[in-house]
Amino acid sequence: MQSSDSKESAREIVVPGELLGTDPRKAGPGTFTENGKVYAAQLGIKSARPDEISVVPLSGQYMPMRGDLVVGKIVDIGPSNWLVDINSPYPAPLHVTEVPWRVEFGETSKFMTVGDIVLLKVVDVDEIKRISVSMQDHGLRKLTGGMVVDVSPSKVPRVIGRNGSMIQMLKNDTGCRIYVGQNGRIWIDGDLDNIVRAMQAIKMIEDEAHSLGLTEKVKRYLETSSRKGA
Amino acid sequence: MGGAPIPADVKLIDENGRRADGRLPDEMRPLKIEAGVLARADGSAYVEWGMNKIMAAVYGPRECHPRHLQNPERALVQCTYNMASFSVEDRKRPGPDRRSHEISKIISEALTHVVFTEYFPRTSIDVYIEVLQANAGTRCAGLTAASVALADAGVPMRDLVASCAAGKVAETMIVDLAKEEDNFGQADIPVGYVPRTGEIVLLQMDGDLTNDQFTKGISLAIDGCKKVYDIQRDALKRRYAVRTVDADIPQSGIESGKEGI
Repeated sequence: MQSSDSKESAREIVVPGELLGTDPRKAGPGTFTENGKVYAAQLGIKSARPDEISVVPLSGQYMPMRGDLVVGKIVDIGPSNWLVDINSPYPAPLHVTEVPWRVEFGETSKFMTVGDIVLLKVVDVDEIKRISVSMQDHGLRKLTGGMVVDVSPSKVPRVIGRNGSMIQMLKNDTGCRIYVGQNGRIWIDGDLDNIVRAMQAIKMIEDEAHSLGLTEKVKRYLETSSRKGA
Repeated sequence: MGGAPIPADVKLIDENGRRADGRLPDEMRPLKIEAGVLARADGSAYVEWGMNKIMAAVYGPRECHPRHLQNPERALVQCTYNMASFSVEDRKRPGPDRRSHEISKIISEALTHVVFTEYFPRTSIDVYIEVLQANAGTRCAGLTAASVALADAGVPMRDLVASCAAGKVAETMIVDLAKEEDNFGQADIPVGYVPRTGEIVLLQMDGDLTNDQFTKGISLAIDGCKKVYDIQRDALKRRYAVRTVDADIPQSGIESGKEGI
């Protein structure tokens, strides 16, 4: 318990309405300004840099942003579009002109049906949060086989790790193909034992997302679990 | 209120100036808040305030149904206050009634005021308040729980809303009424307060008060809200602090290993 004090000063948890600073020019994401002061808008961890004060959220819904890579699930089919659930409060229609195939009017269901998992990119989000997604970019496609795990969208950066270190370690160690969507959906494919190991490691990352030395811990977990498997 | 005859054995303020449950006029009932108690909801909170037991859950922001309620410019905060049939002495007939509709509406409005609704156009943020055990002051306890649950869900807010009631019994202004004081007292003023800005986002009054009594009541309620606010903040910080401490245990193991080398 005593050691936690020093850790908390390093990672201070702030609640909405908490005063963060007095320079409105530094207000970053997760904050708001009022009367020239910066306050926290969300429950999260305070991150103070010389040029910016921001709050890294600990929970919350996925808000689509232009350029995000997302793992979606087809939930409805129209004559010229598919409706994709991207784990956000807004539905994402995928138009036939945004897929890599030539699809005749009314033939959408021959290409993808309800329940299919797709790797997409958010092309645009307008002011009233209308979303357009596309499958026409390098590596974007329909994902066949594999399994999907959901994590809290606020924990996606931890799953990826700094410069992709965490996800690279998972991929190398389990030999699985893994796609992490910014929306908190993770698609994994490989042999069953390794999928289970990867899923458990991801679960562990999610549970302990804001603890220090996470990469080391996951590394140790992967080592012990592979020994058990052998 | 005010009109109910006081039974002979109930004495709301005794000769020492203490209340029926032994509290001083400006003393609140014990309050305990826990955040993040439900795994399925996006955010949740459990409040024990005296003998009140209240659970609040938040879902969203999520797609707003029915569609005609959607606002293209902002999110809708929809609160549902419900009392369990076993929450009161005589079984309450389950389901929404006039009273719970009213409370749902005023709590929704109080919360809308602090949530950044403009960040989530066309969505709805659903707040469910379930009263498991009631003992006067459930709308205040419900609002208190709901704002903790909203923060726990990661919803951006200007501040937490703290809530507390004041009232009048035996011509004395008191804070945080208990059941007998509510039933046999002369007035009850629930207040929802935004401590950072000093705004009042919920205010009702039941009973008759003079101008001075009202002013005294509001200041008592606001003092109460400030205490509630500290407990709310503490509950939110504790929710994650516990995990940080847990996570430190293997961490310190690594450090001691390094020392060995």
